Formats: sequence, C-alpha cells, structure tokens
Amino acid sequence: MNIDSIQTGIVIDHITAGRAMRLYELLGLGSLDCSVAIIQNAVSKKMGRKDIIKIDADIPVNFDVIGYVDPTATVNIIRDGRLVEKREIGMPETLTNVIRCKNPRCITSTEQELDHIFKLTDRLKEIYRCAYCETRAN
Amino acid sequence: MKRSVIDILDLSVEELNGLMDTAEDIIAHPDDYADRCRRKKLVTLFFEPSTRTRMSFEAAMYELGGNVLSMTDAASSSASKGESVADTARVISCYADIIAMRHPKEGAALVAANNATVPVINAGDGGHCHPTQTLADLLTIRREKGGFSGLTVGLCGDLKFGRTVHSLINALSRYDGVRYVLISPEELKLPSYVKEEAIKPRGIPYEQTESLEEAMPKLDVLYMTRVQKERFFNEEDYLRLKDSYILDPAKMTLGRRDLIVMHPLPRVNEISVAVDRDPRACYFKQVLNGKYMRMSLILKLLEEAAS
Repeated sequence: MNIDSIQTGIVIDHITAGRAMRLYELLGLGSLDCSVAIIQNAVSKKMGRKDIIKIDADIPVNFDVIGYVDPTATVNIIRDGRLVEKREIGMPETLTNVIRCKNPRCITSTEQELDHIFKLTDRLKEIYRCAYCETRAN
Repeated sequence: MKRSVIDILDLSVEELNGLMDTAEDIIAHPDDYADRCRRKKLVTLFFEPSTRTRMSFEAAMYELGGNVLSMTDAASSSASKGESVADTARVISCYADIIAMRHPKEGAALVAANNATVPVINAGDGGHCHPTQTLADLLTIRREKGGFSGLTVGLCGDLKFGRTVHSLINALSRYDGVRYVLISPEELKLPSYVKEEAIKPRGIPYEQTESLEEAMPKLDVLYMTRVQKERFFNEEDYLRLKDSYILDPAKMTLGRRDLIVMHPLPRVNEISVAVDRDPRACYFKQVLNGKYMRMSLILKLLEEAAS
C-alpha cells in the first residue's frame, strides 16, 4: 500500500497498533481541511505492528494529547520534504481540557467553567485521575 | 503562607503526629488555648446537612476563643441563585480568616481552596474526602492503643463508597506495622485502586472476608461503617445490603478484651445500642477527639497563614 510522502506537515509514527483512531479523535483531526492519512497495522521492525498518522499541513499539535494516548509515539515535523524535527513524546504530568471527567458526582459536572484537569498518578500503569474527584480516566 | 487541607494526604506523617501532640496538649491544658484565636473568624460553609461535623468545627473555634459565621442552608444562600463554588470562596474569603466547607460534589473543596485567599478545610466533599474525620480516628487509635505499630485494623461494612475508610487506610498505611482485615459483602468491597495505591506498594498484609464473626478474634481495632443510602443510585441495592453487618453483644464476645470499636457516626443500626455499654466502644470518644483535632488543625493553618 502506498501513501504519498508529504512535503510539509507532521507524521505521528510508532503509534501502538489500534490507538490511531483515538488519537485522531482527540486531536480533532476530523475537522481539518487538509489531507490526513491513517495507516493501521503497518509492519514495524521495532514494534511488530504499528499505526501511523500523516497530516499534510504544518498545524499546531497538542503533544499532551499524543503523550496521553500513546507515550511511545514519535512526532516528525516535515518541511520542504525534509525531516526538520523528530520528537519523542512522554506522558505529560497534567492534562488540561483533553478529556472530561465522567463522574456525575464530580464538581466539574455542575460547574461548567472549570477546566477538566487530570493528573498522572501511576506512570507505569499509565493511570490519570481527575484532579478534583480522583476518578480514573478511561 | 495560606495552606488548605483537602485530603488527609495533604498532611505529612510528621504533621499528623504534630497535630495529635497539639491535641493532647489541648486536652491536658485547655485554658492555655482558650484565647489563641481571639478576633479570628471561622466560616462554616455547609452546602449539605451535617450537624455533627459543623458543630464540631464551631465548638473547636469557640474553645480557641474565636468567632464563627455559619451558612447552614444552601437553599438560602447565593448557591441557590447559581453562584459558583469559586465565586463563593472568593466572597467568603473577604469575611473569614479560615473556612470549613462541606459540599455534595466531589472536588468542590479543592475548587474552593484554589480560589479562596484564606485556608480552606474540607469538611467532606461528597463521597471523596473527609480529612478531619480521619484526624479524629487517628487520635482515637493513638490514645486508646498507644500508637499504630503492630495493630490489626478491621474495617467493616461499606468499604466501597465509605470515604472515611479510604482516608483512614491512606493515613494508617504510612505508619509501620499496621495490617488490615477488610470485612464487607462482595458488592461493597474496597475498590482495587485503594489497595493498589495505598496497601500493596507498601507490602502491608491484608485479608478480605465476608464474615465479621471470623474476623473478630484477630482485631485490635474494629472500624464499623454505615451503608449510606445517599451513595447508592438504586434503592433496591441499598435495602438489600444495609443490614449486612450488625455488631451486637454476641459478636462482641468474640473480640479481644483490648479491642476498640470505632464508627464515624451517625449509625443507623449497624452497632446495636447494647454495645454502647461495652467499655471497648470508643465511637463517642471519637466525636470528642474530632473536636480536639479540629482545634489543632485550625490553629496550625491560622499560624501558617500568618507566617
């Protein structure tokens, strides 16, 4: 399968197989008017199988979202057909307004102006909890 | 510097010990503290009813020589007009030197603390945290048992929704030599995250059982809890489970002579009234200890705010 290489844009590589769609949704890539390619289950020497997202525009990307969905992913910034930056993404300590707390008893369920903040509480198990009610993020 | 207490984990073990030491000193020398908060005002902001906790805070402030302003009925406050917790905290900060707040929503106390310019004490935020109850529990155990090392603590009843249980485990697990017996029906077992985060990483021994009778002979401390109707979405579940564990004189005969029985109160029927006459029943002492620990905490936070 061939996907054209991009001239200027972003390649999110080394995404754990199966997580690309979640990343696509949380990054809001569906609302872009440029081409976005999602490659699922690509063969990888390092990972066995992986997902890749190619965005055909140099848009601002929320690295916290990428680190939350898949801390092993890498981000490649391409300009004029050349790789100008390669970034490894770790898990962010704090997520602000990336995901919403689903606990109906949480104060964020009634006070709409509050930021939805999640804190990383277990790096090994990739667990985030709501900063207010400590409910675990899914 | 202003500092708030939202969760029992906001206080280090050294601070917990310091608060208990101060409480002991207050008990021994109450007159020395009778004027320590003169011209200071505590505002009790209670968005849901709790006579005992509110009165405990108010009695604590009065015994320190301070004054109290109370908001006891959310329906008559600006909250009923839609004012946010953040705005309420900013406004009340203009009147108060320190705030004690209870709110039905989890995390509300943190929102208040983030916006208030004075210290906020969480007096209960829904099913989340109730740190001053845990302070009362710790002082009661230390006074009755002389410390925490080597104790086998039984926690019985609603271990799933019971915030006092989670807070007590978080606090006690930081002391060496504690072990737990978790006594509950399957539906109300301690959430796995509490075990994963507070018990297992520290290698604390624990066992789980559905039988209160089997557990009784092993215990130094029995902490009973109420199966609370307001924590259930479904009334049928509540009715089915509320009578699961009732402590009565017959079960007390299975306990050690130096056992202590605790309960955050109010009880419904999980401890029969006949147990009250047993010298091992310590739940009314807990209430009194709660007042002393609230005095101790108010003093600490006001002193820190002034420094």
